[in-house]
Amino acid sequence: METNTHYDAIIIGGGPAGLTAGIYLSRARVKTLILNEGTIGGQMVLTHEIANYPGVESISGYQLSNVMKKQAKTFGCDIKSNITIQSMDLGNDIKTVVLEDGQQFSANAVILSPGGRSRTLGIKGEAAFKGKGISYCATCDGDFFTDKEIVVVGGGNSALEEAVSLTKYASKVTIVHQFDHFQAFEHAIDEAKNHPKINFKMESTLTAFYGNDKIESVDIKNIRTGQSENFKTDGVFIFIGYIPNTEFLKDKLELNTYGEIVVKPDMSTNITGVYAAGDSIAKRYRQVTTAVGEGTIAALAASEFLNKNKNNINHELLFQ
Amino acid sequence: MLYTNLKHIESAADHAKILSENENVMVVCGRMGPMCIPVYGIAEDIEEEYKHVKFCDMEFDNPEASVIRNLPEVRGFMGIPFTIYYKNGKVVKATSSIQTRQQVTSILNEQFGVAVKA
Ligand SMILES: Cc1cc2nc3c(=O)[nH]c(=O)nc-3n(C[C@H](O)[C@H](O)[C@H](O)COP(=O)(O)OP(=O)(O)OC[C@H]3O[C@@H](n4cnc5c(N)ncnc54)[C@H](O)[C@@H]3O)c2cc1C
Repeated sequence: METNTHYDAIIIGGGPAGLTAGIYLSRARVKTLILNEGTIGGQMVLTHEIANYPGVESISGYQLSNVMKKQAKTFGCDIKSNITIQSMDLGNDIKTVVLEDGQQFSANAVILSPGGRSRTLGIKGEAAFKGKGISYCATCDGDFFTDKEIVVVGGGNSALEEAVSLTKYASKVTIVHQFDHFQAFEHAIDEAKNHPKINFKMESTLTAFYGNDKIESVDIKNIRTGQSENFKTDGVFIFIGYIPNTEFLKDKLELNTYGEIVVKPDMSTNITGVYAAGDSIAKRYRQVTTAVGEGTIAALAASEFLNKNKNNINHELLFQ
Repeated sequence: MLYTNLKHIESAADHAKILSENENVMVVCGRMGPMCIPVYGIAEDIEEEYKHVKFCDMEFDNPEASVIRNLPEVRGFMGIPFTIYYKNGKVVKATSSIQTRQQVTSILNEQFGVAVKA
């Protein structure tokens, strides 16, 4: 039978929010475990260059993640990455987490920082053509589309900026967007609109992918007229925003209609002893700096909570 | 340069040597980008458990990575990393773009046998 390991605090999600909380708690000698589903660093690890993190002129997300991970580990934080949580009980004083491989953990407090991920179109064939014409990263895969005709789906800043950057490679870029206007900065819209290689299909959406070894065409449906056309293309880049990774929290605590975790200013949730931080909470701006700030607040509030319930935490160390 | 803790394959000769010396080999051929880093991370994490598999990486832009880029099994691949699974020097499976831990381990289990837990 699997044994249970008890911690003072368990952090779910090891992006900048979770790592920061791990640094603060471990440094205050709160026995802490970070459980992370993917690679430690979260979305930060996927960022080529972070130029707006104060105190560091420019650093790759991978390097910044490794430094944060090292800091947390140095203070004694346990970290498990690439795990899958099978079940979780947050309702009682002792919170429990069971992993898919049977490992069991419990804690007096939990910080939720599962972040977010790119939204997918959810159309049949999307998974099968991933890496065979469908991409979510222009910098990674742009050069496979040199002198080819591609489609970019989306109408926000990422979609327009990446469409422009893809013109370095592609001979023609068609932006497909569901509305009749873009949700992006004026300069991004102007740059895309004035680019000779970029065309637009507004109020339109992709409904199907076709091809053998790789994508050869897509169906594009005009939402207003209902008319569909089969459109030849060599590739499709999808930039349609982000969604919070909170499916596993449904029915466990209060989420808003977007699936974001509802928190109070001290990052506490509606469940006693459960805090949340980072991109998965209900808020306006999503950056490494904001995630780090909320991770700090969640850690301080969680340690105060633990302190009230159990007086062996070195609270002084938190603020040094 | 790939900043991973995996065994780096630097040349075609290196690649051939690793295939000749190991029965089961997984090579992740990519760059230090958002689609590749998670796959290196998974390989690093499971290396301990899958002792019967040799985990390596190779820089996609290294000209000698043509040993991977020119494989017939990667025809139509348009997303890095190209991840190649070899058994006795022969390609048994190849994937394009980011993969989940579950996708990687199910290929490993099917092609090379399940992990041995510590
Ligand atoms: C391409 C890109 C570029 C960006 N560039 C910048 C930039 O230049 N500057 C900047 O400040 N911000 C940038 N951001 C935003 C920034 O990366 C995020 O705001 C920040 O990473 C959010 O941190 P987080 O800790 O809340 O979540 P994340 O970074 O998303 O980390 C969450 C972690 O939790 C894990 N997880 C999810 N579900 C579970 C679960 N059920 N169980 C366990 N673990 C789970 C995830 O695998 C992940 O590792 C960028 C984002 C992207 C995608």
